Amino acid sequence: MSVLSALIVAVLFAVGVYLLLQRTLSRIILGLALMGHSANLLLMVVGGRAGKAPIIGAFGPNDTVADPLPQALALTAIVISFGIIAFLLALAYRSWVLTENDEVEDDLEDARIAQLGEAEMRRWWRRSE
Amino acid sequence: MSVLLVLPIALPLLAAAVAIIAYNQRTVQRIIAVGALIAVVIDAAFLLVAVERDGVQSIQVGAWAAPIGITLVVDMFSALMLIISMVTVLSVLIYAIGQPGVDQDQPVFHPVYLVMTAGVALSFTTGDLFNLFVAYEITLAASYVLITLGGRREQIRSGMTYIIINLLASTLFVVGIAWVYAATGTVNMADLAVKIAQLPAGTQTALSMFLLVVFGIKAAIFPLFFWLPDSYPTARMPVTAVFAGLLTKVGVYSIIRTQTLLFPQHVPSTILLVCAGLTMVIGVLGAIAQNDMKRILSFHIVSQIGYMILGLGLFSVAGVAGTVFFIFHQIPVKTALFLATGLVEESTGSTALSKVGGMIRRTPLVAGLFLLAALSLAGIPPFSGFVGKLGIIQAGFSAGEYAIVGVSLLVSLLTLFSMIKIWNGVFLGTAEDPTLRLAASTGETRLSTPVLMRGATVALVGVTLAVALFAGPIFDLSERAAQSLLDPSDYIEKVLG
Repeated sequence: MSVLSALIVAVLFAVGVYLLLQRTLSRIILGLALMGHSANLLLMVVGGRAGKAPIIGAFGPNDTVADPLPQALALTAIVISFGIIAFLLALAYRSWVLTENDEVEDDLEDARIAQLGEAEMRRWWRRSE
Repeated sequence: MSVLLVLPIALPLLAAAVAIIAYNQRTVQRIIAVGALIAVVIDAAFLLVAVERDGVQSIQVGAWAAPIGITLVVDMFSALMLIISMVTVLSVLIYAIGQPGVDQDQPVFHPVYLVMTAGVALSFTTGDLFNLFVAYEITLAASYVLITLGGRREQIRSGMTYIIINLLASTLFVVGIAWVYAATGTVNMADLAVKIAQLPAGTQTALSMFLLVVFGIKAAIFPLFFWLPDSYPTARMPVTAVFAGLLTKVGVYSIIRTQTLLFPQHVPSTILLVCAGLTMVIGVLGAIAQNDMKRILSFHIVSQIGYMILGLGLFSVAGVAGTVFFIFHQIPVKTALFLATGLVEESTGSTALSKVGGMIRRTPLVAGLFLLAALSLAGIPPFSGFVGKLGIIQAGFSAGEYAIVGVSLLVSLLTLFSMIKIWNGVFLGTAEDPTLRLAASTGETRLSTPVLMRGATVALVGVTLAVALFAGPIFDLSERAAQSLLDPSDYIEKVLG
């Protein structure tokens, strides 16, 4: 059971990283969501074996009881990543409204270097003519 | 006394709740926000006095005994960070109220700003690794809103970078917590300090390096800093200023706290020193290549983080004391520099070195404020930056790390060079932009800015001068903070009882 869970954690994380490296905003966000799921599932895996619910009266003295702490941690993490992914989607929509495009734009430095490169190219052409 | 520990988190959150109810009454919002932050500053002062007198203060939230419940704990390091950051947050709030168009048409500004303050306070006071994650998320969620407030195109572009990189770091943080929990079965930091020491050396190194990467992204240390100079400058100036002053330092605080408390046997000193050197050099070279005040200063944030990591990497009382003092000086100085830059932008409409010029004749006050903060940043005696750098460099000499000391001195010189570049471009010289020259030729020689903005900047520069003036006592406190960081027996005892 634990091997299967560990495998799922690994696959989710790998797919998440792959999507994160794409140029399209919606894919990046999906990638982050998958990585979040993977991290939450990892929290469940480290909690150890499954068992009875850790509620007073729900288990006897000889029962194995599930570790409640990782579940509480995972729940908190799920709520947080849910909220932030929702905010990111809203931003992605705003970005699409403003640029009519889902691509991540070049940053300032990239744009400046591209401009310098173009100027250099033009000078080079003029000299060779 | 224990209520003192809760107030810095509870008060801003409560005030944020009230401020969001008073959605469209800006005056009410302003009074609540300023009132809450003044109360928090007073509270932090009392807390510093209590820690100075009685040692580590702690409280078990909900009265659940230590390893089970969440612990809030303040030692000298936390108390120093808390008071200086709250003073800075308060000055920036007053600046933001003074600046036209920051909180006026943004009803969410005050609530979100208060939530961010609560998050910062919680990250300085928490004694629980998972709670630290929650504190980060509170701070970050608020900062995501602040950095994109207004929703202009370039803000969305760079805000997106900021959010994605921080969300990635947070995901890695959850993974790190899961591993720590798998190895030890606890997330209480005092309990972890005891239990991690019993783990195999390899496991300890793996956990220590993983947490270093997580906090390294937040603190913008060398290979992980690319997001910072790209995203900070596009926000409104008060937002950029408070981010520059506080958020990376919360990352540095977490690095220092986790490395000294959890992994004292396995601090990766060599890696920290190499990263520190590269952070300093690459940051300052990046700054020199820029031609806009905001971008130059953003690269300097990265460069100065290097000094803090350098002191920690030495891992001696003198080195860590230097780091604590350096962070204490850096928070107000960095923020004051951005606030002064904001005054330039507010009166001329630009911060590009090529467009603005001759500001010393038109706003001598702003020029003076910028000069004081810039000299302090470059580490010119008698300003506070000199004391901090001196402490770290002395520790470096006594540890025999001459190479890194040489690098830090060189970087100091380059910092001074790029401050002179701003000074010559913006405050001396003549304006190249025709519209700005027009303003000068029509007799409008003096440029004016709202009085609250100027007042807040003056106050914060005053704070940096006070840090220099009282450098002796503050350095003594930093030394005590360093001692308790390197020998956390009091911390562990107070938390576990």
